[in-house]
Formats: sequence, structure tokens, C-alpha cells
Amino acid sequence: MKRKISSKMKTYIIMILPALILFVVFNTIPLITGAFYSLTNYRGYGSYDFVGFRNYIDLFQDARVGQSYWFTFKYAIAGTILVNLISLFLAMGLSSKIRCKGFLRGMYFVPNILGGLVVGYIFSFLFTYIIPALGNALNIEFLKNSILASEKYAWIGVLIVGVWQAVAMNTIIYISGLQTIPSDIYEASSIDGANKWQTFTKLTLPMLVPFLSINLVLSTKNMLMVFDQIMSLTKGGPAQSTESISYLIYRNGMDGGQFGFQSANAVVFFVVIVTISVIQMRMTSKKEEQL
Amino acid sequence: MSGTDKITAAVKPAKHKNGERVNIPLTILLFVGCITILFPLYMTVIIALKSPSEMTNDAMGALSLPKVFSLDNFAEAMRVTDFGHSLLNSVIITGAAIILSLIIHSMAGYVIGRAMSKNKGFKFIYFYIVSGMFVPFAILMMPLVKQTAILGIDNMFGVIILYVVFYMPMNVMLYSGYLKNIPLAMEEAADVDGASTWRTYWTIIFPMMKPMHATVAVLTALGTWNDVMTPLVIMSGSQTTTLPLAQLNFQTQFGTNYNLAFASYLLALIPILIFYIICQKQIIGGIANGAVKG
Repeated sequence: MKRKISSKMKTYIIMILPALILFVVFNTIPLITGAFYSLTNYRGYGSYDFVGFRNYIDLFQDARVGQSYWFTFKYAIAGTILVNLISLFLAMGLSSKIRCKGFLRGMYFVPNILGGLVVGYIFSFLFTYIIPALGNALNIEFLKNSILASEKYAWIGVLIVGVWQAVAMNTIIYISGLQTIPSDIYEASSIDGANKWQTFTKLTLPMLVPFLSINLVLSTKNMLMVFDQIMSLTKGGPAQSTESISYLIYRNGMDGGQFGFQSANAVVFFVVIVTISVIQMRMTSKKEEQL
Repeated sequence: MSGTDKITAAVKPAKHKNGERVNIPLTILLFVGCITILFPLYMTVIIALKSPSEMTNDAMGALSLPKVFSLDNFAEAMRVTDFGHSLLNSVIITGAAIILSLIIHSMAGYVIGRAMSKNKGFKFIYFYIVSGMFVPFAILMMPLVKQTAILGIDNMFGVIILYVVFYMPMNVMLYSGYLKNIPLAMEEAADVDGASTWRTYWTIIFPMMKPMHATVAVLTALGTWNDVMTPLVIMSGSQTTTLPLAQLNFQTQFGTNYNLAFASYLLALIPILIFYIICQKQIIGGIANGAVKG
């Protein structure tokens, strides 16, 4: 018996080893290397010295880093709220008794399968030429100039594209959540005379909490890591008003000779993402317990 | 499904006010909403089919139907983006990443799912791997560029391996979660018959995890096919391009010829659109499955 267990254990270890080795080599080691470089003044080439926590201190005084955090958070908060509101209502619509349900569900998922870069290029044309042309034709002042050229509003242009793409995935998750709610609960509530709004807030929403939790964590994380849309729509401009944290790390860390400094930025970014995700999961799991 | 619904609707007419009847205004509203998705795609197709001389400065010049449908832009775009090679590279990278993920992640998920409750070591490995979900690519990017160069895998192979690592946390979580649905009795019976754990896994368990394989394949494929950042930073030294990379290079060189540009965008979108139209049920079902199990 003892031998049997140990041979099973051996197989288990052999089976998990490929995953474990790959994970250590390509996730943990680079993570540690990154943390190590964040304590140096490495430029990406040549020699370097240890500078202690200098990079971290500089980070909090760097206006460009501050700007990138401001943009990224503004974008992620607005995006997460919009995406979840739209996809929740879309999911409810697509789960109702409607015609062509399969077709409509298929249609609304299309943005998710398209690449962020190409979608960005297409929308860039739309924002730069089509909408201003419409603005001129209809004489609407607000639309006459490209939204992407405005320092104040360019982030909204990026937001529109980000939301357009992200809604699809969250909708599918909400639809699968709605399917887990047994229909007899609805019958019971309608017998009790609940109106549509009461049914939604007292019944549908609480039942969806686990899915709300997945969606919140997923969309916040994805929105915080925005990169493709920036690359294709604005390249961080105008005047760095749409420079996201990921884009800044890529741009200045890879080509700008700030390998060490941007590594510190990346470490802080990592801590921020973990903290936010943990808080979100804590909050939603408390709500789940209350049920 | 809709058939039986129709029958029940016919048998007991409108019992509740929002149960059985088809909601026509909502259907219309949802069709109207599709315009937000179809309009950008319509614009892409129309501009790709036009010659530059047909583009005028007003919106109609860009959006009206072309006078002559011409595929010249496509031929030219295929030539300048080296479409054949980029497509082949994208297919190889995505395909290899999926196959390796199915093998490596399912094994890890199986071991963790079965041994986690009894063995603290595997439990630790589970949380260790799953926590990787929160590591942003931005922090790994710069060290990985150095590391892949040192290992001599700053090429397609390296990108494939990185995808296997990036999707590991999510996939291992999905597999080990799914395993709860597969009763232990199967393995115990095989054990009594004298089959090894290894054999039992490949002949019994692996085939039984088929629905989860579909989910993992779909999620991995959607993530890798359109990814720009990984190949951009890892393969920047080589001449190899993927479809999104070709678009990026194209944009910096020919971005001002819109008809050509849109033809190339469309070329980049068509393969995944065709794939989606064919496998739509599996893709949507796979994601829904992952959401419920995750």
C-alpha cells in the first residue's frame, strides 16, 4: 500500500513539473529580476550601479508618472462602471424572450474577437475624419474637431473604443450568470406581486453577485493594463494626456534608457493591481456571505 | 429549446406578463444596437474596396458604396504586409500555444485538483501559480526581453512558451475546478484494475475533461491571436512578424493611404471572423462554461 501511494505521488510530481518549471523560469525569475533592476540605474545596456530606493523616491515626484496614473485610473474607473452597466443590461436583454436570440448574441460578441490594435486604427479614422466631417455637415461645434486631438477629451475617445471591445466578454459572463438563476424564483416573486424594478434589485442582482465579482475584477484589471488602444489611437498624446502606465513603461523602459526607473514603476504598478484585486474580491465575497 | 418554448406558450397562453410572449420592442431595440458594431465594420469594408480617387473630404465620400468594386487594394496590402507569412506565423504561434496549454495545464490542473486537499505542497503550488494572474505583463516585459535573448529564444518559440506561462494561472484554475465534476470512482476502479496513474489520466480523465479543453482552447486562442505586445518586445530583433505586428509595421510606413490600410485591416480581421462564424457556438459556450466553473 505504501509503495502504491509513493508511485502515484511520483507520477503526480512528474505531471506537474513542466508547468512548475516554466512558471518559475518565465514568471517568478523575471519578477525577481525586475525587482532587482528597480534598485539600480540600469539603462537597458552598459554598466549600472545600485541606487537603493532612489528610483522609488523619484517615482513619486515624477510628473509624467503621476500623469500616467491619473489617466489610467480615470480610464479604468469610468471604463469598469460603463462596461458593467452596459453589459448587465445587454445580458438581460439578450436573455429575455426575443426573436433571433442566437444571432443577436453572436453579433454582440464580435468586438471581443477582433484585435485591439486594428480596432483602434479603424476607430482612429472614424474619430479623425468621419465624425468631424459629420460635425461640419450638421454644424455641430463639439464634433468639428477630432476628439483624439483634444488634450482634454482624448481619453474619452480611448474610453469609447476600450468599452466597445470589453462589453462583449462581460455580457457573456452575465448571460451565463442569469442562466444559473432558477426560473421558479421569478414565478414566486411575480406571485408575491413584485414589480420589475423590485425583482431586479432584490432578486436578479443578488443572485448575480458571484458573476459581478468575476466581471469587476476582470474588467478593472484589463482596463488598468490598457495598451493596444493607446498604441493605435493616440500613442499617449496629445501632450501625454493619454499615456497609460503600461505604455509609459514600454516606451521609456524599452527605448528611453530608463530600464531601472521603469522597473520601479512596474513593481509599484504590480502592487497596485494586486491590492485593488484583493479589495474587490474581499468586498464581493462579503456580499456573497450575506446571502 | 425554442421549439419546446413555443409549444408551452401555445398550451398555456400568457400566464405571466413577462414570461412567454416574445418581446418585439426589445428585439427591435437590440437590432438597432447592432449598428454600433456593424457600422465600423461596414466602413472598413467599404473603404477597403474603394480606390483613393473616390475618397472625398466629406463623410459620404468615405462611406458611400464604391462605384467599382475592386480587389486591387487587397492584392497590394497582401504584398506589402507579407500576408502569407504573417498569417502562417500567427497560426503556428496560436496553434502551438493551445496544444501545449491543453497538455501542460490539464496535467497540472489534474494533479492539483486531486491532491490539493490532502497535500499542503500541492495546495501551495496552486496558490503560487494562480497568483500569477495578477502579475502585469509590464513588470515581466523588460526582464523577459533580456532573458529570452540570453536563452536564444527571442523568436516564435519563445513567444509560444511565454503564452503557455501567461495563460497558466487561469487555465490551471479552470481545470482543477472542473475536476470536481469528475467522480473519483473512475480512477479508483482503474486503480483496482492495475492501471497506472499516468495511463488512467490519459485514457480516462483527459478525454472526460473535453468541455474544459474547449474553454481553455477558446480563451487561449482569443488572447494569443490578437496579442501585439509579446511578439513586439520579444521578436523585435528578428524579421518574423505576426498578423498584428504586420499591421503595426504597415501603419508606420503606409498609414496615409487609407484604402490600402483598410484593406490590410480587413485582411487581419478576416481569419478570426471566419473562425468565429464557424465555431461561434463553441466559442460562446466555452466562455460561459469558464465563467460558471471559474
